[in-house]
Amino acid sequence: MPLSSSGAGGPFGASSPSATAGSSSDSRDASASGSPASSSASASGSTASSSARKSENEDSPSSPIGSSREIGERDAELHCYLRTCDEPNGDGIPIALKDVISTKGVETTAGSRILEGYTPVFDSTVAARVKAAGLSVLGKTNTDEFAMGSSTENSAWGPSRNPWDPSRVPGGSGGGTSAAVSAGLAPWGLGSDTGGSIKQPSALCGNVGLRPTYGTVSRYGVVAFASSLDQIGPVAKTVRDVALLYSIIAGRDLEDSTTVELRESVVLPEDERLAGLKIGVPRQATALEAIEPGVRSAFEAALARLEELGAEVGECDLPRAFDYGMACYYLIAPAEASSNLARYDGVRYGPRSEGVTYREMVERTRDEGFGDEPKRRIMLGTYALSAGYYDAYYGQAQKVRTLIMREHADAFEQFDVLATPTSPTVAFPLGDKAADPLAMYACDLLTIPSCLAGLPGLSVPCGFSEGLPVGIQLIGPQLSENTLFRAGHALERSLGLDLVPERLR
Amino acid sequence: MSATSWEPVIGLEIHVQLKTRTKMFCRCPVGFGAGENTQTCPVCLGFPGALPVANRTAIEWVVKLGLALGCEIASRAVFARKNYFYPDLPKGYQISQYDLPSCIDGRVIVPLQDGEHEVGIVRAHLEEDAAKNVHVGGRSGRIGGADYTLVDYNRGGTPLVEIVTAPDIHSAEEARSFLQLLRQTIVELGISDAEMEKGTLRVDANVSVRPAGSEELRTRTEIKNMNSFSHIGRGIEAEIARQVEVWESGGVVEQHTYDFDVSSGTLTARREKEEADDYRYFPEPDLVPVEPPEELVERLRAELPELPAARIRRIGASLDHALWFHRPFRANDWFLYDCVSPSASDARGLATGRMFAEDGRLIASAVQEGLLRRIGE
Repeated sequence: MPLSSSGAGGPFGASSPSATAGSSSDSRDASASGSPASSSASASGSTASSSARKSENEDSPSSPIGSSREIGERDAELHCYLRTCDEPNGDGIPIALKDVISTKGVETTAGSRILEGYTPVFDSTVAARVKAAGLSVLGKTNTDEFAMGSSTENSAWGPSRNPWDPSRVPGGSGGGTSAAVSAGLAPWGLGSDTGGSIKQPSALCGNVGLRPTYGTVSRYGVVAFASSLDQIGPVAKTVRDVALLYSIIAGRDLEDSTTVELRESVVLPEDERLAGLKIGVPRQATALEAIEPGVRSAFEAALARLEELGAEVGECDLPRAFDYGMACYYLIAPAEASSNLARYDGVRYGPRSEGVTYREMVERTRDEGFGDEPKRRIMLGTYALSAGYYDAYYGQAQKVRTLIMREHADAFEQFDVLATPTSPTVAFPLGDKAADPLAMYACDLLTIPSCLAGLPGLSVPCGFSEGLPVGIQLIGPQLSENTLFRAGHALERSLGLDLVPERLR
Repeated sequence: MSATSWEPVIGLEIHVQLKTRTKMFCRCPVGFGAGENTQTCPVCLGFPGALPVANRTAIEWVVKLGLALGCEIASRAVFARKNYFYPDLPKGYQISQYDLPSCIDGRVIVPLQDGEHEVGIVRAHLEEDAAKNVHVGGRSGRIGGADYTLVDYNRGGTPLVEIVTAPDIHSAEEARSFLQLLRQTIVELGISDAEMEKGTLRVDANVSVRPAGSEELRTRTEIKNMNSFSHIGRGIEAEIARQVEVWESGGVVEQHTYDFDVSSGTLTARREKEEADDYRYFPEPDLVPVEPPEELVERLRAELPELPAARIRRIGASLDHALWFHRPFRANDWFLYDCVSPSASDARGLATGRMFAEDGRLIASAVQEGLLRRIGE
């Protein structure tokens, strides 16, 4: 049963109005058009508690669901949250926002010391949309600095831990959101995905996570890492919840020129059969030696299950995507990052280090404010864009990116969906890869190619290895989210995994 | 060798601040005189996550200007990031157009006393203006020696059109005539007040000289900070004279940037930077390409008023001209010319005039008839 941990007597308490919210979409009619706050079973109770809260004296604070104190106590071990909101906005489903998402009046640091104390004067579009839908923002979750990493170990504020095994990482960069959702410290969350930062931590924590089609979710107000790759997306316990949250945040935004309107509205999946669905498995992905045997067997079992559900599974080829995708990504993303991170100069906001001249002040501010990973990528990107190297590096990478897009388009001539494991490994111990950037980059081997192609990808839990969750990544053509939801939902229902970490049951 | 055997080669880079209601990439108002940092928002202050959205009017206006300058309008123009650090540049990059500008390959016919000269327009593109640094405590408001610098971001993000001419100009006078014609064109299009004194029209000149008759291009220098038409003439002339002197004394002109000093009428070399600029341009991923539909371009073309260049050429059609000298006079004295037009009808206009010497004596009378056409007919 894809019943969320919070609904099953998780940390929010079974009697609380929000407790059913985590599985709200299962408790009502399949429709994404209604507001989750008003249409979920919890709504009336929440409204009542809200008016009660308003009438209370400031000196006798109530303990609303997911209060900062409650989360603080429960979060000490996992460090999912960087800060919690003392005054949750709405009465709807509580939601955790990755700390790259600007929230008006709430400090937003992107996991970096260089934004310490920076409090946005405006809401990002996604924050505004979740608030307008009545969702209650619980707090800001941990992330690798500027979303650069695969374990949250690059956060300036210390790593988050995996609820399944706190000696292991939750993945990254959106490890805070993923760990929070997995541990029941938030039923819903938003992450950002540049090369796998939603999908990979979702797999490592046993959540469902969607990286939407590039351009379907506004990036306005989201601290930029690599603008042509960054996408905001939902993380939850079930595919239906992810679909519902996606319907809230998706669609054209006048503040982001790169957004489009959805071609069709989001359909909450119900179908439990997949007759006629054609699933392609890229040979070059499954051939990767980096894939752990336990991950491989869970993935293969999931493919077998998809066939049982009526899908046709075949092989396809994406040679360039897997041969060159990684190299291409590590030119384009750092190049854009080197420019996006230039605004952190100590002039207008954030900490400022003293210097006799402007130049000295900027150099010191950036030296002291940025951690190693952003510095590494700023240097790589600056080099890739430099006169005399542009054509060989950035220019060439853009050409390869076009080829990777075409290669995917060709594959979708034959298949509706492509499938790979989401991550080559299960959650790894803290410190395992922290000293080896290339080993860390390899965490995203399987998620990067489709990101370069701007395609949607859904990671769905598909089994366990060494007692840790394994995710399957379903990739579709642009704007095919509904197909991914349908496939993911059928698989999820059929597998019926219990995704509450054993130690929290 | 005498100075007359040298031919100046001049190209101009012109920045025009558009008088759109709002800034290039955000909704802040464009304008002067408001308190410091009051016309700002997260976008033009470069706050984390803020994104640019291109101003539709600015795009239409650069197309209009391009058409007026005889340019080809790009069916696909692309904004790019020009990366460098400066406090007046809040994002650490300026959004501009680089390899794919909105307008290319135009030409302007400039009427001069010895006939018409053609000045090629290499490109006209859109970009955003930088903010304004106010250096406090230094001499003459420059950064050198200042105690500290304040930044007023009101100007930051104002739409600018940059126009680059070919090196087709061969005298300071021609440069001035071209600029006056360009300014008049811009003003009549209604896209900018184009006032040099206010900085809404800014001109940099690239100047080199070569032996007359030669086709070579020698090292050029750049002159900045000329903020009136008269300064432009004086600045260019001073630089031509300096370069001729360098070459004639056996020296070599070096690539350099000079500021025109209004008070002394001389050029001051800017302090050289330690390293060459590398702006690391790349396409701006936060904006989509500008692809003006053909219908739009044609509509804008149809909306163009009669342009000053055409008007000047048209009005000069003289039918007959008579001049009577009544008394002896010295041609290099000052005279008063009292001119009236007794009639303008049926496409013909008549002008009569009387010329007086300083002591009030009538020395000549003139009558001229010309073919005229009402503007817009």
